[in-house]
Formats: sequence, C-alpha cells, structure tokens
Amino acid sequence: MLGVGGLLRPRRSATPQKVQAYECGEAPVGSAWIKFNIRFYVVAIVFIIFDVEMAAIFPCVVLFKDAVAKGTAALIFWEIFLFIGLLVVGLIYCWVRGDLEWVKGVMNSAPYRRSS
Amino acid sequence: VNSAAFAHTLQSWFGVGPLWAWAALSAFLVIFLLALPFGGIATYVERKVAADIQDRVGPNRVGPYGILQFLADGVKMLAKEDFMPAGADRFLFNLAPVLVVVGACSAFAALPLGKYLVGADLNIGIFYILAVTTLIAPGILLGSWASQNKWSLLGGLRGAAQIVSYEIPVALSILPAVLISGTLQIGLIVEQQGWAWSAEGLQQYHFWNGFHNPFTFIAMFLLFIGGLAETNRIPFDLPEAESELVSGFNTEFSGMRFGLYALAEFCDVFVMSAVVTALYLGGWHIPFVNIEGLGVTLPQGLVVLIQFGVFLVKTLILVFVVMWLRWTLPRLRVDQLMGLCWKGLTPLALLNLLGTALWMWIFKGQSLAQLIYGAFA
Repeated sequence: MLGVGGLLRPRRSATPQKVQAYECGEAPVGSAWIKFNIRFYVVAIVFIIFDVEMAAIFPCVVLFKDAVAKGTAALIFWEIFLFIGLLVVGLIYCWVRGDLEWVKGVMNSAPYRRSS
Repeated sequence: VNSAAFAHTLQSWFGVGPLWAWAALSAFLVIFLLALPFGGIATYVERKVAADIQDRVGPNRVGPYGILQFLADGVKMLAKEDFMPAGADRFLFNLAPVLVVVGACSAFAALPLGKYLVGADLNIGIFYILAVTTLIAPGILLGSWASQNKWSLLGGLRGAAQIVSYEIPVALSILPAVLISGTLQIGLIVEQQGWAWSAEGLQQYHFWNGFHNPFTFIAMFLLFIGGLAETNRIPFDLPEAESELVSGFNTEFSGMRFGLYALAEFCDVFVMSAVVTALYLGGWHIPFVNIEGLGVTLPQGLVVLIQFGVFLVKTLILVFVVMWLRWTLPRLRVDQLMGLCWKGLTPLALLNLLGTALWMWIFKGQSLAQLIYGAFA
C-alpha cells in the first residue's frame, strides 16, 4: 500500500520549513530526544515482573478445569494462590514505596523520606 | 473454513506453487476482505455516530449518505505527499506504522467468526491474540521516537506506559474465561457457552461466560475497559491527546503512513470487541437457541452465514459502545490513568481470578444459572 502511494503522490523536494519538526510554528529548540522521566522506567520494570508471572499462571489456569473433575483442584488452586500472593506482595511494596503515585512531591519521594 | 485448509484447497485446485505461497495468499485475502474494509467503514461510521450524537449531519457528499467517504479518504491519503521530518530515524520511521498494522491485522487470523469460520483455530489462540496485539506498543513508541519531535516523543512514552500497564488487567481478565473453559483455544471456549433449550445440553454446557458467576461478570467489564485503554480510545487517548500534544505519537506522519496508524486503531477496536464477544458474550451463539439442534438440518453454508452474522452483530454493538463512549466521557489525566490501572483494575482482576477459581472448585464448575436450575429440578 505504501508502494502504490509512491506512484500516485507528487514528488517535490521538501523545503527546509516543511521538514522542520512541527511545534506549532515555532522553530524547535535542540534535539527532540530529550531526557524523559525515570518513572516510565519504573512502570516498565513493574510490568515485566507482572507479565512474566502471568505467563507462568496460564498453564495452571488451563489445567484447573480438568483438575476439578479429577478432584485434585486443591493443589492447583494453592499454586495459583501462591502466584497471585507473590504478585500482591510486590504490588503492595510498590504502592507503599510510592512508585504507583504518578505525581510526586519532591519531599515525598523515597530517597528524601528515608533521611527525614 | 480454516485458512490452512483453504490454502491446501487452493493448492489442490491449481496444482502448482508451494504451499506457503497459497497460505500467504489466503492471509492476504483475510486482510483485504475483512480487516481493511472494516477499518475503512468504521471511520465513516464513527463520523456518522459522532455527527448524530452532536446533532450534526456528518459526511454526506460522497455517494449516497456519504457512504463512499472512506474510499475518497483512502485515495486522498495515497496521493498525499509523503515526507520525513529532518533528523528523523529513517529506518524506524518506516518500520513503525508497519509494526502497528501487522499487530492489528494478524490478530484477525485467530478470531472465531463462526464455528466453521476461523482463520486459524490455534490451540493457544487467546494467548496468540494477546501477544500479537502487544506489537502496537513498540510500533507507537518507535514511531514517536523516530520522528524527532517532542510532542511525538511525549505521546509515545505515555502510550507505551499506558498500553504496557493495561496489558496486566486485560490478561488477568482473560484468565477467568480460560479457567471456566479449561482451554486456550478460542473455538472451544466459545463452543462451551451454548446453553440451548434442548434439555440434555444444559448439564454439559453453560450460558455465556459473562453470566457464569458474579466474578466473570466483573471480569467482562474489566476486559472491556482494559481493551479500551489498549486501543488508545477516549477516555484513554492520552498518547494522542489533541488538545495537549497536537496529535501525539503520529504528529509527524503524513499520507498513507498516518492512514496505517488510523486503520490499525480501528482494526484494534474490532479485535478487542471480538475478544470480549468470544470470551464472555457467547461468540456466535444465539441466546437459548442452538441452530444446529433444531431438528431441521440447515445447509452448512447457511449455518456459517448465520453464525458469522450473530458474531458480527454482537461485536459491532460493542464497537458502537466504544464510539459512543468517545462522545460521552472526557479524557483522563495521566496520574488518574495510571492510578486506575495499578490501584483499581489490577487488584480487582487478581481478586476476580481467585474468586472464579474458588467458584469452580466449590461448585464443581457449575454456573449460577445451572445451580438455580438444579435447585428447582
């Protein structure tokens, strides 16, 4: 589809104004590859932990129905419970530590609180 | 009809060519007959719905009632000048829209459109859809990073954080349905939801998963809300946020590249609604009627058509709800968004999973309706 467009669209050499990054008409200052907030990184880390755990829960969950029929549900239930328990502990840790708060006062963030 | 079988049929008809070529052709047909028309028509419908809600007329110039508007838009996007901002990362800029479209379109292959109409009824179907639709997050992040624009970068980072976070409640609310069905194969999950009036089926099957027990009822809504956030729809459209970030992650994309992003968004809405329909709203089943157990033998083609129609009606109702929400709810703030996910939906989804497991254990997999029925019978 991108190739078909190449046949149809006009070919003009782009002017410097046109290839400028769009910032509402202002000339952009500096590179756009700015330093961004560390909290995006924290979210990514928490996500990875949760996602890996979730992939590990999937097999237990698939087997559960058969286990109920066979009467061995207790084992798998406690297994699921253990996994979820671990996740909940992690979640509570993040919550208490304040990593889930998007807006942080400087004085409330973790390194400052310890010293006060 | 199954795409692998279809590819084999094509090969035997024509007798030449490697199998993978025919498989590629059938995948191509799925995309061009299903994904693209849906994406196109959805843009038109969305504008008409918006117009209706806001008491306007909406597009009405191209064709009767403006129905051909999406074709005109498509042609215009193809013919638009296509340029790249100065200093952009050329490779990633080209790659990003493709990634997003691949993510949205390849999920179509595993959607159960009917009992005999599944592109590929994988035995890990739902896991596959979950995995493939995640491609949208790198697509958005790479596109925003590559376009060397601060608005884009901000939008893309928000988008990545949001999609990644809402992945957790979405996956956790898929699990109760899997728990009830004991399989990841979507075809089987749907098949188990057919509770018909023919009495002997009642013991075997239960009604739609969403009404199996109170926990799955909540899980259905969690899945829908999470899906809304995954597809970046209002009220969760922070990556785009026109009023703050110009156009967010796709600010610098022009012509067909922008078109691909828009198309992928609508395809994704369809996939999300289809997943909710298949897992919790009974997929292709008509409530209380089993069209194959009526005593009258219908031709298989008709059965396929009816099931496809039922599935489409249910899915499109959900798609309509998505459009309706867009003009009803204001956009959330970033902190509200992340708070809702991590402090609201995730603990609730975990609780739901445990609750469903307990229910399955205590009541031996019977649904609420079956228990009530059992008490009276």
